[in-house]
Amino acid sequence: MQTTATSAFPTRNTVIPFGPQHPVLPEPLQLRLVLEDERVVEALPAIGYCHRGLEKIAEKKDFIQNVYLVERICGICSFMHSLTYCQGIEELMKVDVPSRAKHLRVVWAELHRMHSHLLFLGLVSDAFGFENLFMQLWRVREHILEIMEKTAGARIMLSVCSIGGVRRDLDDGQMAEVLRVLDRVEHELEEILPTLMNDYSVRQRLCGVGLLSPDKAHDLGAVGPTARASGIPMDHRQTGYAAYGDLGGVTPVTETAGDCYARIMIRVRELHQSAEFVRKAIQKIPAGPIAVPVKGNPDGEVLVRMEQPRGELIFYIKGNGTRNLERFRARTPTFANLPALLHMLPGCQLADVPVIILSIDPCISCTER
Amino acid sequence: MLTNVQEITPDRLVGEVALIKGQGCRFVTVTCTDLGEAHDLIYHFDDQGELRHLRLKLPHGATLPSLSGVWFAAVIIENEIQDLFGITVTGMAIDYKGRFLLAESSPKAPFNKLGGIAVDVRVRPPAATEAAAPGGAH
Repeated sequence: MQTTATSAFPTRNTVIPFGPQHPVLPEPLQLRLVLEDERVVEALPAIGYCHRGLEKIAEKKDFIQNVYLVERICGICSFMHSLTYCQGIEELMKVDVPSRAKHLRVVWAELHRMHSHLLFLGLVSDAFGFENLFMQLWRVREHILEIMEKTAGARIMLSVCSIGGVRRDLDDGQMAEVLRVLDRVEHELEEILPTLMNDYSVRQRLCGVGLLSPDKAHDLGAVGPTARASGIPMDHRQTGYAAYGDLGGVTPVTETAGDCYARIMIRVRELHQSAEFVRKAIQKIPAGPIAVPVKGNPDGEVLVRMEQPRGELIFYIKGNGTRNLERFRARTPTFANLPALLHMLPGCQLADVPVIILSIDPCISCTER
Repeated sequence: MLTNVQEITPDRLVGEVALIKGQGCRFVTVTCTDLGEAHDLIYHFDDQGELRHLRLKLPHGATLPSLSGVWFAAVIIENEIQDLFGITVTGMAIDYKGRFLLAESSPKAPFNKLGGIAVDVRVRPPAATEAAAPGGAH
């Protein structure tokens, strides 16, 4: 403990390590918090607890094997990583992916977004002490995981995206089952979400906490729901990748308050938006092949980006005409949101730190790769 | 394919980035690749949804000026590059001295193509390292 002021009422600063093992943190992240009484004055991140060097491994593997490697960057939104990687390689090799495969990619991508958002909402409910809400949200999430298992053969690591298309098709019965599950999920959420949105205690814990202004969000490079909660209408699905361009356009979900409550409301509203995209994709899916053969090796460089549940995901891929890539790099949304998090914490109370950290939906596996 | 790329030299980096920031762009990230004789650094920016890039070649052993004075968001990726490629970045707002991701026993500059060719930024006088380093995981 050190004294920082020499006035008649000296203020004592305390430095405490928050994490890497902490009840609210699903993954190891440490923040060194400088406290003045119970108020946070400064926060410094310390990571490196689960760095796996996946970018380097990607240079050693065959570029087709990398589809499975990049899926393992994240244990929550794994499909998004394989989709982004495949889109990058397809752009380099000028592969024209069949329209049916693009629609199927949207179906699985949006199911992934829904399960990721439900996971987040459950975790953040647990962080502010509402354990029953946490259990109810994760119970609903199970419906999404089950339908992913029925359609892709796995709950999280789907491994259905391949360079040139997808590896599995959906028949009419499976599509009808997906639609039934979406109806059930939305019906159950109608009963649960009002508690999250309107409960007095929840609002007391979240409203006005962890503020991030639009200017600061832009200046600090915030992405995804963190940026949209501060009023920045940024959603890369607007570029129309996969089949989003054929589904009637994407209007980013935004809030203006820039606090923890706004960041949570973005996810709540995006749950319904994702369900709508799945319905549209199934409604408009054309008949035809689900993949095309790919010949040759990637050459040249490309920067591909897409909208992952936590925000903008970027892959830089550089090929050299061989089976191995010259360089593969991933910039994940949590990595981009760390500077914004460091800005949100000073001035808050120590008791609010867990909620503020979770409000950006941090994924440390993604961040460290 | 990568388009809208502007080649620059390290001494012009901070000035060019300040201009780009003044035009309302968003800092996206930096990509570093070891080319053997030099590092290839690409700075990515988002200009109203369009990407633009600054590209520079940095010879092995040369230092790189930090952007964190212009754009604080750059400090995380600059520390990562310092760790993984052994590039000394000067003037960072938070300098982990090569201990952002790596531990003392970790391989040095593990993302370089050839082992041992990069400068080891962690070999510094103990007193200076301890005084300046704000922390790190290890």
